[in-house]
Amino acid sequence: MAQDSNNGYRTATIAVLVDNEPGILARVVGLFSGRGYNIDSLTVAAVEDNGQRSRINIVTSGTEMVIEQIKAQLDRLVPVHRVSDLSKDGPHLAREMMMIKIICPHQDGGGGNRAEALRLADAFRARVVDASTESFVFEMTGATDKLDAFVELMRPLGLAEVSRTGVAAIARGTRVI
Amino acid sequence: MTDAAHPPAHPVIPTASGAEILLRALKDQGVDVIFGYPGGSVLPIYDALFNQNAIRHILVRHEQAAVHAAEGYARSTGRVGVVLVTSGPGATNAVTGLADALLDSIPIVCLTGQVPTHLIGNDAFQEADTTGITRPATKHNYLVKRSGDLARIIHEAFYVARSGRPGPVVIDLPKDILIGKAPYTPPAETPHRSYRPRTEPDTALIARAVAMLKSARRPMIYTGGGVINAGPAASAALARFVHKTGFPCTNTLMGLGAFPASDPQFLGMLGMHGTYEANLAMHGCDVLLNVGARFDDRVTGRLNAFSPDSRKIHIDIDPSSINKNVPVELPIVGDAGRALEALLAAWDADPTPVDRPAIATWWRQIDTWRGNNCLRFTQPHEPGSIIKPQYAIQRLYELTRAVKQDIFITTEVGQHQMWAAQYFKFEQPNHWMTSGGLGTMGYGLPAAMGVQIAHPDALVIDIAGEASILMNIQEMGTLSQYRLPVKVFILNNEYMGMVRQWQELLHGSRYSESYSAALPDFVKLADAYGAVGLRAKSVDELDGVIREMLACDRTVIADIAVDPKENCYPMIPSGAAHNEMILGSESAGGVAGVTDEGKVLV
Ligand SMILES: Cc1ncc(C[n+]2csc(CCOP(=O)(O)OP(=O)(O)O)c2C)c(N)n1
Ligand SMILES: [Mg+2]
Repeated sequence: MAQDSNNGYRTATIAVLVDNEPGILARVVGLFSGRGYNIDSLTVAAVEDNGQRSRINIVTSGTEMVIEQIKAQLDRLVPVHRVSDLSKDGPHLAREMMMIKIICPHQDGGGGNRAEALRLADAFRARVVDASTESFVFEMTGATDKLDAFVELMRPLGLAEVSRTGVAAIARGTRVI
Repeated sequence: MTDAAHPPAHPVIPTASGAEILLRALKDQGVDVIFGYPGGSVLPIYDALFNQNAIRHILVRHEQAAVHAAEGYARSTGRVGVVLVTSGPGATNAVTGLADALLDSIPIVCLTGQVPTHLIGNDAFQEADTTGITRPATKHNYLVKRSGDLARIIHEAFYVARSGRPGPVVIDLPKDILIGKAPYTPPAETPHRSYRPRTEPDTALIARAVAMLKSARRPMIYTGGGVINAGPAASAALARFVHKTGFPCTNTLMGLGAFPASDPQFLGMLGMHGTYEANLAMHGCDVLLNVGARFDDRVTGRLNAFSPDSRKIHIDIDPSSINKNVPVELPIVGDAGRALEALLAAWDADPTPVDRPAIATWWRQIDTWRGNNCLRFTQPHEPGSIIKPQYAIQRLYELTRAVKQDIFITTEVGQHQMWAAQYFKFEQPNHWMTSGGLGTMGYGLPAAMGVQIAHPDALVIDIAGEASILMNIQEMGTLSQYRLPVKVFILNNEYMGMVRQWQELLHGSRYSESYSAALPDFVKLADAYGAVGLRAKSVDELDGVIREMLACDRTVIADIAVDPKENCYPMIPSGAAHNEMILGSESAGGVAGVTDEGKVLV
């Protein structure tokens, strides 16, 4: 994504370490809706201290000035411990998990689609986690664009439903939040 | 309290009720007064209040006023203002006050009653999702769900309200928590686990700021409410710094009083209704030092034309205020007072001389702008002449010079507010209370009440408009009950003047719904509340009424009939640049050129 100029639009993956208190998610989401920032993806789960702290991963986009503003606004929320801009501070990993359902019955000439779906799943390292004579559910983990590509390939083969977790991200190397 | 290394032999068995623990925590936080209004869910607190004398409760007549009163108390003392309201409508009524305190960065702790925990979410009687409703209107809020958390949360709320950039904090208190027994813990001595705002500025950045300032040929110092919030020592440091540098200084509406208005280096307020010299100096400067102001849209005018040729330094305690509207070259996070002290030290440490001839040329330029005398007005003096609102404020200011008391001014919102800012001169911080960020009509009367509670012997004047004053007029009852000798000085132009002015300038003089019809007789109204009512109808009556008001030791409403057609100038029309200001009605034709883009701005 464009990261060059001050006016350029870029995508940012931001990790936020928060106290796991009631209302914290509403606070973060309210900040984004109240100030008109984008949320492309948001994930949250307890990660530390016996569930006392949670990590929120947010994928957002905006100009450099807006993204800096988002980080500063997040950082001044009282229950926020740390904010890290993974896409700026260095190389990082970002992964999503997806389950995707294909309906392609054996009868009605769907057999070819079934074989094709399995072949593609293999090539994309998607796992079959459920199968019936009429359907498959594939599980797949990877970068957002890889998941997007797989969804597009499945579309003509009977794509019926997609469930995605949103992005979890972490810095490469020894860097920690 | 015990620490982990020495656990008590027996766990502490709480003996006091949540309500008693609450009051104990407030006392430990140094609270001496609460502004509140009772109701079902907070009865246990009122019961506990009944049994003690350390904390005084001021019974307001509307919960919005309780918050504004606490704001007035906080702004005039530098302490945290405390509010107590009941659940449901008590809490929702307080929301405007909370939003006001948020935008003006005023430290408030607001205690709201809540239905008992087992009823939360059941649409119980007088239940409201108070934490949900107030989340965007507070700096932070809490719902106390366990008695064991009560004392800690109260102490934390005070810490959050006053630390960093101050603001309002709500504590929602379910009734069962107030009635049940709760343990007490004193204020923590350990730092807060996550909220630790930076107050000490980076010395390397301060040195760079000094280098930039010393290289300036046309410098400008622009300061805001952050200097006031940093305490009187910060204002004193500002004055020393401005004098040491010899640079010009302007204040925002929120920052008035941080630098003495009578000082020759003061250019007056800047912004939409700021002085010509302040705005042109902002536009023309080459190095701009912002201390504790936030480049608000009332100050900047059209962003892409704001101070176009300056290198900018911004000192603020809130990192999110920096680079929000205006990109700056040198951002410095820290407390305004600490930063000014650091600037003073670094200034002496840096041997580079200032370009005195260039600065002298800059002052000559500023003096020609000053020569424009942008706040001039003409007051006819023949008996029976109508009073110009500017003249009323000017006389109020001049006649209060003889008063020996400390003088505090609050305002409502509108033209009178701007005239007060322009014509009343503030020499010290914490003596000027106005709703800057939210622009809340109805702020001034309850705020004056809070100021008078904090300073019983001071002269407290609410400079009001006839429309705004009616928004919290019920507080005359509170003033009467506590014998608070607040003076309400109404500039009665029979219009929502500021609305009328915009309609005249931007909407073809179609005065849609801006006439103040069916006004009460303010003299009789004062009388009805046990106060003194005075009226001046023409210029020959003005001084007499002001003198009588100042001499009176009771609550006074002075109804001053002023010219209904007067507009507030100078003015930077919406969407215009600083150097496109209108100086008076003669040049107001200029706003015909305001684009639709400008019109959408408020
Ligand atoms: C609660 C609230 N409602 C509406 C407004 C919009 N408003 C701003 S100034 C103003 C008129 C104020 O009239 P008045 O108090 O008579 O003051 P004047 O401008 O005439 O001095 C209005 C309606 C506001 N600021 N606050
Ligand atoms: Mg009016």
